[in-house]
Amino acid sequence: MNELLKNLTEAVGVSGDEKEVRLLIRDLIAKHVDEWHVDTMGNLIALKKGTGASDLCVLVDAHMDEVGLMVVDYDSNGTLKFEGVGGFDNRALLGKPVQVGPKKLAGVIGARPIHLLKASQRNSVVKMDAMRIDIGAKDKDAAKSKVKVGDRAAFVTEYEEIGPTAIGKAFDNRAGCAALVELLQAEPYPFDLYATFTVQEEVGLRGAEVVAYGIKPDAAFILESTPAYDMPTKDDVSPNVALGKGPSIYVMDRGTIQDPRLVSFITKTAVAHNIPFQIRQPGGGGTNTSAIQRTGSGIPAATIAVPGRYAHTPAMMINLDDYANVVKLAETVLRNLTPDTVKRNA
Amino acid sequence: MNTYKTLKTLTETPGPSGFEQDIAAVITEMWTPYVDSIATDRIGSLIAIKHGSGPEPRPRLLLAAHMDEIALMVKQVETHNDQGFLRITNVGGIDIRHLYGQLVTVHGKRDLSGIVGSLPGKMLPPERKDKPFGWEDLCVDVGLPADEVEKLVSIGDFISFRQPLRKLQGKRVTGKALDNRASVAAVTACLHYLQNRTHAWDVIVVATSQEETRLLGAYTSAYAQRPDAAIAIDVTFGKGPGTSDANTFELGSGPVLDLGPNVHPGMLKALQDTAKSLEMKVNIGTHSRYSGTDAFALQVAREGIPTGLIGIPLRYMHTPVESIDTADVERSGRLMGEFIANLDDKFLDKLAEGMMKED
Amino acid sequence: MNELIKKLTEAYGPSGFEDGMRDLIRPEIEPYVDEISVDAMGNLIAVKKGDGSGLKVMLAAHMDEIGVMVSHVTKEGFLRFTNIGGVYPHTLMGGRVQFANGTIGVVHSDRLTDRGKIHPLNKFFIDVGATSREDCPVGVGDAAGFVRPFIAQGSRLTAKSMDDRIGCVVAIEAMKKLASTPHDVYCVFSVQEEVGTRGAMVSANGISPDVGIALDVTGVGDVPEARPMDVSLGKGAAIKVKDAGMIAHVGLVKVMKQRAEEANIPYQLEVLEGGSTDARSIQISNAGSAAGCISIPCRYVHSPSETVDARDVEASINLLVEILSKPIAL
Repeated sequence: MNELLKNLTEAVGVSGDEKEVRLLIRDLIAKHVDEWHVDTMGNLIALKKGTGASDLCVLVDAHMDEVGLMVVDYDSNGTLKFEGVGGFDNRALLGKPVQVGPKKLAGVIGARPIHLLKASQRNSVVKMDAMRIDIGAKDKDAAKSKVKVGDRAAFVTEYEEIGPTAIGKAFDNRAGCAALVELLQAEPYPFDLYATFTVQEEVGLRGAEVVAYGIKPDAAFILESTPAYDMPTKDDVSPNVALGKGPSIYVMDRGTIQDPRLVSFITKTAVAHNIPFQIRQPGGGGTNTSAIQRTGSGIPAATIAVPGRYAHTPAMMINLDDYANVVKLAETVLRNLTPDTVKRNA
Repeated sequence: MNTYKTLKTLTETPGPSGFEQDIAAVITEMWTPYVDSIATDRIGSLIAIKHGSGPEPRPRLLLAAHMDEIALMVKQVETHNDQGFLRITNVGGIDIRHLYGQLVTVHGKRDLSGIVGSLPGKMLPPERKDKPFGWEDLCVDVGLPADEVEKLVSIGDFISFRQPLRKLQGKRVTGKALDNRASVAAVTACLHYLQNRTHAWDVIVVATSQEETRLLGAYTSAYAQRPDAAIAIDVTFGKGPGTSDANTFELGSGPVLDLGPNVHPGMLKALQDTAKSLEMKVNIGTHSRYSGTDAFALQVAREGIPTGLIGIPLRYMHTPVESIDTADVERSGRLMGEFIANLDDKFLDKLAEGMMKED
Repeated sequence: MNELIKKLTEAYGPSGFEDGMRDLIRPEIEPYVDEISVDAMGNLIAVKKGDGSGLKVMLAAHMDEIGVMVSHVTKEGFLRFTNIGGVYPHTLMGGRVQFANGTIGVVHSDRLTDRGKIHPLNKFFIDVGATSREDCPVGVGDAAGFVRPFIAQGSRLTAKSMDDRIGCVVAIEAMKKLASTPHDVYCVFSVQEEVGTRGAMVSANGISPDVGIALDVTGVGDVPEARPMDVSLGKGAAIKVKDAGMIAHVGLVKVMKQRAEEANIPYQLEVLEGGSTDARSIQISNAGSAAGCISIPCRYVHSPSETVDARDVEASINLLVEILSKPIAL
């Protein structure tokens, strides 16, 4: 059992309220870094000093937040109105257990039973504003005494492993966090390595927007979890990325065209060290890379991701070999990175 | 300070996003007696500084209220039967359903009064009869012959709404641009409050430009000033016809303190504590993602700024009949003033500690 | 000048892959500036120093163009692709694209059952003459630009990527003509404009200009059934007042108008309801700058036959020179 992944995914850190995850990671890395601090937004920023062999400064980022819900009001029957924090498919919410607020009260997202639905209703998606979280409070006052407006709610899924596969919530992006923790626990790198565990990625890359400003690194790598859609289909279409085929390398998404020099360095490194990899299908999606790349007067940046099925639902699935290879690839890239990779012939 | 008079002056002065010089001049006059320096920056934000009494270097709090208002702009001048008509486009989030029949001022070579008109519904094609008028139907009519219009008005001229501030029952008022002159008035009340209180921190008071289009003034002034903490004040949704849902607030029920990702939890807590010490009733508002206010921009300037957000409940947002309760303006001013008076040299440390203390 | 336009418009340079464009532009601008550098994202920054009495002025003309990127190679060797920037399906059918390695592809779509309708982008494919995934010379993640020769008919000039290679030409020609200037002029050939004015954002953060002027194309209202707009081809340089992304600095607009009137340069005022330029990024960078745009009126923007008028190009160059050679009072 991978205790690191278990602990990190079972912790709760809905965007804007990441303290539990921040404290957990702080305890995991404190012994392995030279300095750490928390900035005003809650980003955890750690410095692992280099051996001095290279004067590069490199940033590696993983966001700690996860998608979740926020309680916004009470109904007279004691149920809770909520809004989504981050992007959701409404269909992922119905009939799911959640944990509400700092005390992690058990709740459920219920719906009118199928017996009582009109035929037309059975075939329509229930919208979020028609759903409620039920914590079993008997009326509004009882609910008010337990839950405050603004409390976050998160999914509840215990981590488990089935052969090479792991099931859990919030692999997006605790898988990236776990990988970054492992990178910090390794031997020092030739250069100073800044690790940033950022907040508020799921609500618009807000933590990443400020995190690189003071560091001004020469290059940045972003560790992520990217959605895999390798489900059976009739057509010859791209599976985006598939579980078990290795780390996925970004070239372009809606927010970024990755630095072509870093992308080619990553792929060449993977080939040279026999680490499997797959090019993530260009197109949609977005990561902290776009905010970090455009900080100040620009930072060369690239993304390495653990493929995960069923992102932004209560239960995700990743392949543990993919995860191990992301750690391996990221570490190999860092150990081999030289100033030539990001230098321009100005 | 007479809140109604202040609001009347502020709302009746035009200040479309990107064309804020008139409103900036009015606010300059209003704030000058209270502050140590005041100037307009490169992109039109007004920045005033009031020094604190603490030892130098003093920490600095930035207070941001946007001064711009939604408006219209001339995109074409058209001639019909020798009369000049202006085709228009939006500046900021205009609800086009409200435009037909509104009174406006066209800021041409001189200010011209106009009406937003359209052909009557019965002259439009049948499929358009039950639909709101579109931009292609509407034009601003200044009632002048084409040659005169050509002389006075050019493409790109701003058009603002024209409604005087009016008193409603109790302490409620209605008018245009209460979004966000209500907050500018609250900031003025805060400066007034600070006349009789000492404060250790420097206070940077910013009337930001172009909030309605892109939060421009908040992004740029926070970058330039690099304050230690910031508070944005803006209007928020009042309960009223058609709006009784979560995150709407009764007019007159007090300032709304916002909670959500754009707000530093320590700033919220400190504002709550201040309200308690004043025995002032406040509401808690939430945003689960974007607050849609200057706080969104202030928070991410440079390496990040601890930011709080205060809201004044307002009905009929983005129409020329916006309505508020002046008591909420006065309370917001007092709340900010007291908050500032209480800022000490431990405040920033307390904010930082809160981020790593288990609840 | 047509030779330069031909050279720049026919070159390869989709957003994110502007290395070749930078190599083309660099020798054109180098003789007329004092310093030249490339930043982390690949913006080419050419600086002409002023006499110290003026402002820091940043010009931005973007080198990149819209294009496509391969997202999937089918078993039969056809390429599915995604857009780089605003690529419209109706401009693609039967067109040709070129990859960085020189491979040419023909663009077509899945069979149309209703010829009155066009497929969405994901039903299009590129045929590079491959017969299988294995013998395909390009793969997932490779980017391509469109292919179309430059033509000049009278004063009308048509090419792919007039947006914004014509802006690059205006910048180069203006720097050539600019004898002296009170201002420190940072002439930026920016990257990644088409995917969200990303290059100009970081170059402006690095430069912190007082004034930012984008040189880019604008849509027009003078073609059949166009969206109503008072900008036409051949009626002069367009001075932007507003577009969908920003409101130009009122004082800067005034200066631009004044310079045009003094020098008898034909100009038009532009209120553009869709689209924006690098100026929006420059405006909001750091502590903010007074931002505006000299636009070159252009028909059929984001199609392979973008058309401008040489007289407007001339006017834009002259206007820019007038603005830069005199003090700018905001």
